[in-house]
Amino acid sequence: MRSLIRTHATEFSLLAVIVIISTVLSVATANFFSLGNAFDLLNISAVNIIFAVGLLVVLIAGGIDISFAVAASVVQYCTAIALGWIGGGGWISGLLIAGSLGVLLGCLNAFLIHRFRIISIVATISTFNIYFGLLMFFTRGVSIYDLPEWLTDRVILFEQEMPDGTWIEITLPVLVMVICVVATWMLITRTTIGRQLYAFGDNPEGARRFGINIGAMQFIAFGWLGLMAGIGGLIQAHYAQEVVPNALYGRELDVLAAVVLGGARLGGGKGSVLGCVLGVLLISITQNGLNLMGVSPFAFKMIVGAIILVAITLSNTRIERLLPFVGRGAGR
Amino acid sequence: MHQATSATVGEKPLLSLRNINMTFGGVKALKNVSFEGRPGEVHCLAGENGCGKSTLIKVITGVYRPADGAVIEYDGEIYSHMSPVTAQDRGIQVIWQDLALFPEMSVAENIAFHEVLGRRPRLVDYNRMRRIAIDALARLGVTLDVELPLKEYAIAQRQIVAIARALIGEAKLVFMDEPTASLTQSETDHLLEIVRTLSASGVAVVFVSHRLAEVLEISSRITVLRDGALVGVYPAAGMTQSRITELMTGKTFDQHVRARPRDDQPVVLEVRGLTRPGQFEDISLTVRRGETVGITGLLGAGRTELALALFGMLKPASGAISIEGKEVRFGSNRDAIKAGVAYLSEDRLSLGLIQPQAIADNLVIASLRKILSGGLLSEDRKRSLVSRWIADLGVRIGRQADAISTLSGGNQQRVAIAKWLATDPKLLILDCPTVGVDVGARAGIFDIVARLAESGLAIILISDEVPEVYFNADRVLHMAQGRIVGTYDPRQARLEEIEAAVYA
Amino acid sequence: MISILERVKTALGPEMAGPGLAFVAVVLVFGIASPQFLSAATFGSVAFQLPELGLLTLAMLLPILTGGLNLAITFTANIAGLTVAWVLRENGGVDAGIGIFIAGCLLALMVGAASGVVMGLVIAFTRAHPILVSLSMMIFLRGLGEFLTRGGDISGFPAFMGPIGHGSIAGIPVPLIVFIACVLGWHVLLGRTKLGFNTYMIGSNLEATRYSGINTRKAIVLVYTLSGVMCAIAGIIMLARFNSVRIGHGESYLLITVLACFLGGVNPFGGFGRVIPVFVALVVLQLLSSGLNLIGANQHLATAVWGILLVGVMILRWVASRIKISIVRRGS
Repeated sequence: MRSLIRTHATEFSLLAVIVIISTVLSVATANFFSLGNAFDLLNISAVNIIFAVGLLVVLIAGGIDISFAVAASVVQYCTAIALGWIGGGGWISGLLIAGSLGVLLGCLNAFLIHRFRIISIVATISTFNIYFGLLMFFTRGVSIYDLPEWLTDRVILFEQEMPDGTWIEITLPVLVMVICVVATWMLITRTTIGRQLYAFGDNPEGARRFGINIGAMQFIAFGWLGLMAGIGGLIQAHYAQEVVPNALYGRELDVLAAVVLGGARLGGGKGSVLGCVLGVLLISITQNGLNLMGVSPFAFKMIVGAIILVAITLSNTRIERLLPFVGRGAGR
Repeated sequence: MHQATSATVGEKPLLSLRNINMTFGGVKALKNVSFEGRPGEVHCLAGENGCGKSTLIKVITGVYRPADGAVIEYDGEIYSHMSPVTAQDRGIQVIWQDLALFPEMSVAENIAFHEVLGRRPRLVDYNRMRRIAIDALARLGVTLDVELPLKEYAIAQRQIVAIARALIGEAKLVFMDEPTASLTQSETDHLLEIVRTLSASGVAVVFVSHRLAEVLEISSRITVLRDGALVGVYPAAGMTQSRITELMTGKTFDQHVRARPRDDQPVVLEVRGLTRPGQFEDISLTVRRGETVGITGLLGAGRTELALALFGMLKPASGAISIEGKEVRFGSNRDAIKAGVAYLSEDRLSLGLIQPQAIADNLVIASLRKILSGGLLSEDRKRSLVSRWIADLGVRIGRQADAISTLSGGNQQRVAIAKWLATDPKLLILDCPTVGVDVGARAGIFDIVARLAESGLAIILISDEVPEVYFNADRVLHMAQGRIVGTYDPRQARLEEIEAAVYA
Repeated sequence: MISILERVKTALGPEMAGPGLAFVAVVLVFGIASPQFLSAATFGSVAFQLPELGLLTLAMLLPILTGGLNLAITFTANIAGLTVAWVLRENGGVDAGIGIFIAGCLLALMVGAASGVVMGLVIAFTRAHPILVSLSMMIFLRGLGEFLTRGGDISGFPAFMGPIGHGSIAGIPVPLIVFIACVLGWHVLLGRTKLGFNTYMIGSNLEATRYSGINTRKAIVLVYTLSGVMCAIAGIIMLARFNSVRIGHGESYLLITVLACFLGGVNPFGGFGRVIPVFVALVVLQLLSSGLNLIGANQHLATAVWGILLVGVMILRWVASRIKISIVRRGS
């Protein structure tokens, strides 16, 4: 147990913080502690979690990507246009188009990084500006409201009224989110490729000496994030029922904060899907709770920012110091 | 000296290299080198830093491709060059000096990396991985929790993990690049035992180490390289450390005890009962003007911790430090520097010098106030200060603005010493000043130390190589498990006597 | 003669090659493409647009040199602007005197410094990653600002503030004078002061710098404090230029400042980079957008072209290093 806590310190402390916040909120508000609200939270967080697990893979491989959120916007727009060309399409064709476009944009990043040895933050800040600039230039900032019906209709996979009068709803975004989370978890923990990604992020030179294909690692990591960005983009369009070119602008930093809060390390080799999901949920729960408490929506972000700042400060002041029973590691 | 262990050494070589040439950016790193390794043999590769040892290993393991005309004969087949994949498939394994491990990943993953996480995409078989790891560790007589991330383990255990990894599959030829560099003596003994077991089972081991005592103890043959060229292949039996040094450097060294009495000089540093539980206990010592006090002991004896406490970077729990009779309490190393204490770190690469930055900046960093002019840093003052020290300590540099990483280990160390001398210290603590410095350049460093002592500087010289302190210090203190357990006068004690006490 | 050239070369440093080349290329291309390009009008538009982005870039530069990043710059600037606005409004609004304005500016500088101090303390004492710390500070400040302004504009300032945003002294716009003064200040700071020296050293190796007797914590706190002060200057200039404050104004500059630093040859990992090449890079960026404006494109296309420019410069650097290696090889 001790070793489990030690190796999963971030996940445990996040869970503890979530439990504390949830307890406070359920005492302070009438509606927080209900299944209905819990499922609402999942619905709201679905898109961010999809982005987050994608970004996690890139962070594990030792990279960073600033461009994925605007890439998702580009995908949304192009998919909407492409669906128009093929006469409407459906969920399968939509996901295929969005996914492949996303992979393509992700692979462009990987290409720049691998072929020309450009550091990932430099490459993706460039592509961030290129994607966003071109998107705004060609769309002139005009939104698309005329989306196919299948895309804008809410898909409720399961619903049930609870005794307390709230509704449990599982919607399509949640299903897609769960599939993305499980797929990412499979990729990074159960396949040799995933473990190679960890190894590459942990010690690139060591990985190279083992004959790991470095280029493939970059393309897989950024391609996977591209795939998640594409899928997340389409789901976001479905959720919002419109395509606004700058709707996702700035989302990259929020997601980055959540993923790193979840224990992923800038620099590679570390991070888990569980921590990543908990990181996103912590932020959503806080916002949701503040909402229910009747706090002004303008104050949300301020409080969320303060919470992240405190969380980082605490999580970096060494978990051992806060939990004396864990004891010191074997390191000298 | 020790006899080589008598293993069953095969007659036919497993590996035979001929005509290996390698050029980097116009510099010939290897010149027509040949090398041979037999099954069951421990073959040592000796030479100064930059003599081509690592390059040769990288050629054999396929990381580098030698110039045309090279012949690599391995296990009955002839290659013009290797590839990392072929080398691993054919049973050539390397334990790199930096270990090339993955600290965030589990011990099992580190050990079974090649075997299970290999190159083809598929699902990970965690059970098989765990079994392989436990078996591999068992072969070395070690048990570790293979589920824990590697970073939870200390360097000695990591070393074992690296060896266990090399032994997976059918390792026929194992390279060990400086495997004992960061091990304590008992850990080293254990490692050497493992090496003997390995070679007894018919594996060819190529051992690279700068600790010549070890080399003589473990190997049966020694190949010496100098400046990228082969000097010769020698049987270990009948070899001595000084003979190897001569072969490696091409020079003869005449070492003599430099100790001389300093009892009449005023005391610079006085330490009484200094204690930091778990690191050092009840340390009392004095260092006088112009005196060089040597502290030796095994890795982990608390030497560096004591030095850091004198330098204000660790807070002692009890005890007192006085400089020139005045008791001092350091809140940080800045206070220590102000009081006239300077500390040359043992870890030159990551703590001693700022490798990517300019030589000049590294030299002035601790004494910036000296190059201030009207509140601003003066480029001219910096240049003249640097020139003076460069000339004074005989550092060979290109331009002052070049990165310090472009210098050799010996020249870097001279800059590091100059950096501290520029702060006008009263006490200079040198923590393993010859780490990563060529054998040939070490004498130069000690000449500087002797000159500084002559000029009145009080010096603490820390080294885990007993001969270094024996020949260069006025008094030798032996530290073990955080305590000073013996004091020797080199003019009266014999080297072997101190070595016996330290390595006991 | 040669020694003077040598001195100029070392003074400019190797960082100058990228932006210098880009400068020549932009002037040549647009000079040929559009006859109006080399005119006073272009100079005028560059001179008026340069300072805002430029001041924020200076604020970004110091943290990057220490191996960090300050993602809170734009909102720190907004909050500083808000501080001035609040002081003016509380003291007579349109009729406020110049003394009140100066007091407001001082308070704004202190607010900017405070944001930097908090970030600096957290980064220096917990070793938390600067990206994360400044990111949460950014989310906090954005929330704070939106909470205070309820997402709206604040305007109605005394008339004497106009010249600070729009006026000229001897034909040079006042904001440009402020900016150039700051550039020179930063140039001296980085090249000639202990803090500047320490900034570079910390960027390359914090621990080794600490072992050399440098108070690295103090230096890091000072770096972020100065960064915050520079943000406040930018915020005051923005306030005067637009005669209003809105939270989120200049948000799009955030990643452009990082782009400008990289274009100016600053090492993304810290330790290397100079002010003058960054200044030239900023001029190049503004010339690009002015030139594109002349041939009928909008700012969004310019943003995309900025991204392409950075990729281009990075690829050229890669090509140059390749050529260098092959020359050395052939020389043997």
